[in-house]
Amino acid sequence: MLFHAILFYFFSVILIGAACGVIFSKNPVHAIMFLVLAFFQSAMLWLLVEAEFLAIVLVLVYVGAVMVLFLFVVMMLDINVEAIQRSLTRFAPFAIAVALLMAIELVQLIWLRSRTDAGPGVFESYPEGYSNTKALGSVLYTEHVYAFEIAAVVLLLAIVAAISLTMRKRPGLKVQNIGQQVAVRAKDRLRVVKMESEKKQ
Amino acid sequence: MIGLQHYLTLSAMLFVLSIAGIVVNRRNLILLLMCIELMLLAVNFNFIAFSRYLGDDTGQVFVFFILTVAAAEAAIGLAILVVLFRNRRSINVQELNTMKG
Amino acid sequence: MYNYYLTIVLAPLAAAIVAGLFGKQIGRAGSHWITILAVGLSCALSLLVLKNMFWGGAESENISVYTWAVTDGLKMEVGFLVDRLTALMMAVVTFVSLMVHIYTIGYMHDDPGYQRFFSYIALFTFSMLMLVMSNNFLQLFFGWEAVGLVSYLLIGFWFKRESAIFANLKAFLVNRVGDFGFILGVSAVVMFAGTLDYAEVFASADSIAAQEIEVIAGTPWNAMTVTCVLLFIGAMGKSAQAPLHVWLPDSMAGPTPISALIHAATMVTAGIFMVARMSPLFELSATALAVVITIGAITAFSMGLLGIVQNDIKRVIAYSTLSQLGYMTVALGASAYSAAIFHLMTHAFFKALLFLAAGSVIIALHHEQDIRKMGGLRKYMPVTYWTALIGSLALIGFPGTSGFFSKDLLIEAVKESHWHGQGAVYWIAYLSVLLGVFVTALYTFRMFFLVFHGETRMDAETKSHVRESPWVVTVPLVLLAIPSAIIGWFTVRDILFNNYFGDSIVVSSAHDVLAHMGETFHGSLALFQHSVQTPVFWLAAGGALSAWFLYLKRPDIPATIKDRVSGLYTLLDRKYYMDDLYIKGFAAAGRSIGNLLWQKGDQLVIDGVLVNGTANSIGKLAGVMRQIQTGYLYTYAFAMFIGLTMLLSWLIWFR
Repeated sequence: MLFHAILFYFFSVILIGAACGVIFSKNPVHAIMFLVLAFFQSAMLWLLVEAEFLAIVLVLVYVGAVMVLFLFVVMMLDINVEAIQRSLTRFAPFAIAVALLMAIELVQLIWLRSRTDAGPGVFESYPEGYSNTKALGSVLYTEHVYAFEIAAVVLLLAIVAAISLTMRKRPGLKVQNIGQQVAVRAKDRLRVVKMESEKKQ
Repeated sequence: MIGLQHYLTLSAMLFVLSIAGIVVNRRNLILLLMCIELMLLAVNFNFIAFSRYLGDDTGQVFVFFILTVAAAEAAIGLAILVVLFRNRRSINVQELNTMKG
Repeated sequence: MYNYYLTIVLAPLAAAIVAGLFGKQIGRAGSHWITILAVGLSCALSLLVLKNMFWGGAESENISVYTWAVTDGLKMEVGFLVDRLTALMMAVVTFVSLMVHIYTIGYMHDDPGYQRFFSYIALFTFSMLMLVMSNNFLQLFFGWEAVGLVSYLLIGFWFKRESAIFANLKAFLVNRVGDFGFILGVSAVVMFAGTLDYAEVFASADSIAAQEIEVIAGTPWNAMTVTCVLLFIGAMGKSAQAPLHVWLPDSMAGPTPISALIHAATMVTAGIFMVARMSPLFELSATALAVVITIGAITAFSMGLLGIVQNDIKRVIAYSTLSQLGYMTVALGASAYSAAIFHLMTHAFFKALLFLAAGSVIIALHHEQDIRKMGGLRKYMPVTYWTALIGSLALIGFPGTSGFFSKDLLIEAVKESHWHGQGAVYWIAYLSVLLGVFVTALYTFRMFFLVFHGETRMDAETKSHVRESPWVVTVPLVLLAIPSAIIGWFTVRDILFNNYFGDSIVVSSAHDVLAHMGETFHGSLALFQHSVQTPVFWLAAGGALSAWFLYLKRPDIPATIKDRVSGLYTLLDRKYYMDDLYIKGFAAAGRSIGNLLWQKGDQLVIDGVLVNGTANSIGKLAGVMRQIQTGYLYTYAFAMFIGLTMLLSWLIWFR
């Protein structure tokens, strides 16, 4: 248990540090690397609570795909790092006040309320031979199958949207237009001209 | 003993940090997107913590869907960003206050 | 008979529709032929109905033609009540209308609105017939408004003239005042009797008279008095009784044929007819009768005085009409309904005759209406002269003419009504009508002498063109002159004393003056022979002689009189300042209230505050809100964050 706690605090501290890094790093590439670190720490923490499937998915999908996409975009766009400067606006004090208020509320909510009401929230360990992936799968493909299908459609939409947004037609490209090729008719291409036969000279 | 409260606290800290990031990084669109990812991560933490605490797998299914939608969102968001950059040569949010493209 | 009645009513309507909608297609001749034939048919059938009533002893008929609606037991229907009163009115209306139709061919000969005019007068005939033949209050009201509408249209017939538009608006507005009272009266009838049908209302007259109503809290009034006075206010508007008389003189801005038909012979007598028709109600309220006779007496005398100072030939006759309507009203107030209707009939003939004669003069002089620019027309227009003479004599009640019988007996009836001890009001009324005779003779012969005798005062250009009017004008004159001259001889005994009207007019025995007079009546001839012994004759003769002396013998005297009593003259010339009171008083006040409401109420409050104010405040609010909508992403994110914090605060601390 102690080891468990040590691991939790270890990962947590790194997670928070990585989050701070995301926010305050000057270079966007660095920020993305911090974000990757944060995701990794999150995956570790999720593993600690036996949510193995999601932890792996987070690493594979998020770090492997989404973060790489971020990185790709940042590098491709060639953003002028010096131009991006942080500055506090005139409503920064107000923002800080609101943030403090929120922090106080969250602490009160999480610690004071819940402790008095229901005691410390303890995660009960799963029994031997329990498969998180199997359990999730059995729920996902039965109860939530409809939402699952919709999620698939959402992803498809995202693909189509991303492509259609970013694709641009450059003029002068020698590509085939299949539609035009199919729709072509003989009289558009071939013209039979009647003419007198030429006499031999 | 590490329990629900610890995870919730962690999640709250992540959430507040990401909001602070939005306020602080108000110039850079790509950092805003990253902060949103971070925010979603905080939300996911909550879901997983409660799912484990209540012994209900539905919370984890939610996380699954959130990941899906977040991925889609990131893809589209980045696509928009690319188009924007192509048109304006900048991703500075302060220059992006018109409805017109 | 049912089919006859329907034909009588619908033939003019059909002709009006055809002439009005297809006037272009059927042409000018087509329009006048179709309307004249239709009205002629109506007239012939009406005379047949009258003949059956008069000599054939036909029973009165009460026919329901069509039930329009029934709500809560209140039946609204179209129906005909044809009794002896109605038959007489139908005959008078259609006969005068027919004469006017024929006359119009000549009078409106060159007018571009020829077909429209024929359509209107045929429509008027229809409306008037609906009014007189009605068997219920609703149809009466329909006819009442319909004749008002046609009157409005015809006064403004020459709608390009400012004066005509002013006059028809005035007529319309003044009639609205009367009609307001009238519809209140009809409502009162419905309220107290619960029905619109004449027969049922009359049957429950006693129960109405037994009820009371508190119009002003704390002062109960007799229901019958309230009802009758309200109905009579309607009659005051339509029959142009003081103080609602102001529209009639101005209505002379319309073409002369309609002045004859509508504003002398028929429509303006609708009020008289209505009161006579309602005699079972009026008989039960002595107060209402006193009101009627007072109004009538004021009108009869004061309007006659105005006739003396007018210079427009049509206006003189118009004031004469007002005065004669006052006479009829006085007769109504004296419970001598038959006398009123009798005078209505004779008046319809001789007044229509006078108007048409005036019209004949007017066309001969190319629309010159000022009698100061006429004179000496006797030798140019013999037919017009002689017919106008008959009309004038009938108007002043020269012994033997129709006007003599009706007016003499009317005045006698008023005198007799005093005999029954009805109070001082009746004395005043009697004096008014008696002095009115002198005034009538004075203005009538003033006009007559100025127009037909003396030296010719028009310019040479006009003079060279003066000639007798065409036959379409003179034939109606002659046809109207005949009844004007002689109809009194045959009808006086039957109508007044032989109970011609039977059940259609109810007079309670307590003030049945005509029955009292009937005891001493010895026939038309005796009346004629005794005429010289009555003050009426001498007053009329005095008036005519004064006119002769003042305007033919010594034309300088009127001017002197005018200078001597210039105050009185001004009072008369300004028509007792009634027009000023209405136009500068009520109308101007109405306009200024309208302006006030328009500028302050509509423009300032509704437009300014409510409509534009709403838009402005939204615009201003939007201007403030727009400051929040920076367009920057982080602002929106921050706003969301604030919202989230508030939600959280509420959940934690305030729930």
